[in-house]
Amino acid sequence: MSTTTLPLKRRGLDYKKFLANNGALVGLVVLCIALFIATPDFLTAQNLLNIGIQVSTVAVLAFGMTFVIVAGGIDLSVGAVAALSAMSSGWMFASAGLPGWIALLGGLFVGALAGTINGLANAYGKLPSFIATLAMLSVARGLTLVISDGRPISTPAEVSFLGGNLGPVPMPIIILVLAALAASFLLNRTVIGRSMYAVGGNAEAARLSGLPVKRILVTVFALAGLFAALAGLLLAGRLDSAQPQAAAGYELDAIAAVVIGGASLAGGLGKISGTFVGALVLVVIRNGLNLLNVTSFWQQVVIGLVIALAVGVDVLRRKTRSS
Amino acid sequence: MSQQPLVTLQNVGKTFGPVTVIKDVTVSVYAGKVQVLLGENGAGKSTLIKMMAGVYQPDAGHIVVDGQTVTLPTTRAAEELGIATIHQELNLVPTMSIAENVMLGRMPTKHGLVDRSALRNRARAALALIGLDVDVDTLVGDLGIARQQLVEIAKALSINARILILDEPTAALTRHETESLFAVMTDLRRRGVGMLFISHHLDEIAEVGDTVTVLRDGEFIAEVPASTPEDDLVKLMVGRNIEDHFPRSAGDVSQATEILTVDKLTSAGSFSDISFSVKAGEVLGIAGLVGAGRTELIRAIAGADRYTSGTVAVRGRQLPNGSIQAAIAAGIGHVPEDRKGQGLVLDASVNDNLGYATLAATAKLGLVDFAGQRSRAAEVAMKLRIRMHTIDQSIGALSGGNQQKAVFGRWIIAASTVLLLDEPTRGVDVGAKVEIYELMNAITAAGGAILMVSSELPEILGMSDRILVMRDGRIAGELTAAEATQDAVMTLAARDVDEKYE
Repeated sequence: MSTTTLPLKRRGLDYKKFLANNGALVGLVVLCIALFIATPDFLTAQNLLNIGIQVSTVAVLAFGMTFVIVAGGIDLSVGAVAALSAMSSGWMFASAGLPGWIALLGGLFVGALAGTINGLANAYGKLPSFIATLAMLSVARGLTLVISDGRPISTPAEVSFLGGNLGPVPMPIIILVLAALAASFLLNRTVIGRSMYAVGGNAEAARLSGLPVKRILVTVFALAGLFAALAGLLLAGRLDSAQPQAAAGYELDAIAAVVIGGASLAGGLGKISGTFVGALVLVVIRNGLNLLNVTSFWQQVVIGLVIALAVGVDVLRRKTRSS
Repeated sequence: MSQQPLVTLQNVGKTFGPVTVIKDVTVSVYAGKVQVLLGENGAGKSTLIKMMAGVYQPDAGHIVVDGQTVTLPTTRAAEELGIATIHQELNLVPTMSIAENVMLGRMPTKHGLVDRSALRNRARAALALIGLDVDVDTLVGDLGIARQQLVEIAKALSINARILILDEPTAALTRHETESLFAVMTDLRRRGVGMLFISHHLDEIAEVGDTVTVLRDGEFIAEVPASTPEDDLVKLMVGRNIEDHFPRSAGDVSQATEILTVDKLTSAGSFSDISFSVKAGEVLGIAGLVGAGRTELIRAIAGADRYTSGTVAVRGRQLPNGSIQAAIAAGIGHVPEDRKGQGLVLDASVNDNLGYATLAATAKLGLVDFAGQRSRAAEVAMKLRIRMHTIDQSIGALSGGNQQKAVFGRWIIAASTVLLLDEPTRGVDVGAKVEIYELMNAITAAGGAILMVSSELPEILGMSDRILVMRDGRIAGELTAAEATQDAVMTLAARDVDEKYE
């Protein structure tokens, strides 16, 4: 409490407010302009499509993560669940001999199931979401290795279709757009979506107002699992196979995208559009650093600084709002 | 007063952006005196004490300590001059012991390690300053709020505080605990400590104060002796006469039907064998000391906690145990005791907060009825006179009274007919209190039933048609409005358990 609060000048306040509310978007635009100036390879159709494909996996994972973070939790298992879902799909097709489209749906089902278990452990088992999903991370990754025996399994044509092209447009980008629309609709228009904000903002107040908090939490984690499965299938589709180490560490990218997008880890705040911008920021930085021949070691350093900066802006926003 | 004040805020002013929150206010604290700061929420009391505590710097005027003009750029600077604040939300670490809390930031050490015995001794000496006799190894989280407050006062005194700013210290205390606090304050006054005291309880002013500074809309209105009659204080504070503090207009309920029936309700460890009923148009008050099981009872009826045995019925239909949804569907609305912790999602908008209870019921195919919700919320906000900029502003920015009206508004939108009110006017200023009481009248006039728990005896006496007094989880007695007096209620509430709460 030793900070000194000075009256802000009006112009400074407006400027700060604008930056604080659109920080990630402004950052993204600045980044793109800088890369456009720095390298002629950035603004080419091929590179932009590349960015689109790369962002699809991160963003779809992060949409699921947005539900969880808005509801006041965290999901560390999404990367492992993505891998398990894709691997299950491959196993159903290659080993169990099921039709491709059933294997595809089966993969989605496995993701939703893993998420549901996370939700049950959190809501009814009273495990903090950090712990419940940390356990699931280990279990899901382990099961992936068990099923695959540590080797890639080829996936059905239906899954490969997800990684292919529809005319000139890569399917992952189409699925990304559809997933964004669905997630945004769910979060903004539906009872369950609006309830997530209430639960994340103040779970006890939500409960005393009659909202079924436990059911909402289970749904939230199930959705995160479902979106993770979709991301896993997108990845597998690009490679025509499910890899045992697929999406390892992606949960951190997903969390970073949500946080850069303006959500609060305390819950109650967050938007799909923000998460999308957050995912783009991460992917564009990686892409740009690649084009500029910066090693992947330094890329990690830069990404870390960007996350710290984004959260710093979040803190600033809370301050300007509360005063 | 010829004596030199310990501290004076001289003609201070403060603006935030375009808003002037304090304009040309002067207030002094003298050694051995209790200066009361009085005003409605938003009158500028918090800003003023924050200037005295070094949190804010005045834009106009200056601060004088012991006759010297000073600046207080930080809270530390204020502390070094002997100014300490006891906040409403206490600054203690609940998971650490009393001793560690008292000595936090200045732990005695020996060879670089914490010197445990010196720590305990110094903490004990600090507690002795206010005559508090507890084991200094007790975790602060295990203490009641009243004891925690005393620990904080002891901590302040042990850093040689000469000026104590007490920001609504009695808001969360029972009458009994308040008296213990006042005893400590009287003792401090004898020892020359100057105090600045804020309270919404007008009856406390004459009891503990010396002089009263009245603020309204950030301006100095008057300085009057603490013995000024309450009605005059209210008039100064709100700028108009409040004719009646408790405008209860009860109808005749002798022919009315029972709406809420509670039969032999028992919750192991909290309350047992509670039976009563509330009729349409009736306000049933529940009095008792903190810990008597009142809040637990209300929560069990609302479905927020499960009970062990007994039944709750609304209009003759028994409610399932522990189901908030079923209770709401039966017409129950619960206004919990902790508005910020249990009543509201502070980051969410006024509109959202008004709509939570009806979110699912008004939805079509799982889609939120945004337009309907907005118009219902706007209508209720207008009806309850919730003062705000827009319905989309976050509710955390509203004053306590307006926040509380929003919690009521949620149940009015839900068309609840049985309202369970737990401390409905805690932290609410005088004007908004009366508005809430009028709202209660409107609800009962429309055939609703109200069950109200309150630790404010005047409120219980003034607004209830019947009063149940609870003691140690049981009903100790029932009084009609006519026979209820402060003494009658306290005798039932505190018989032979007095010592426990000392």
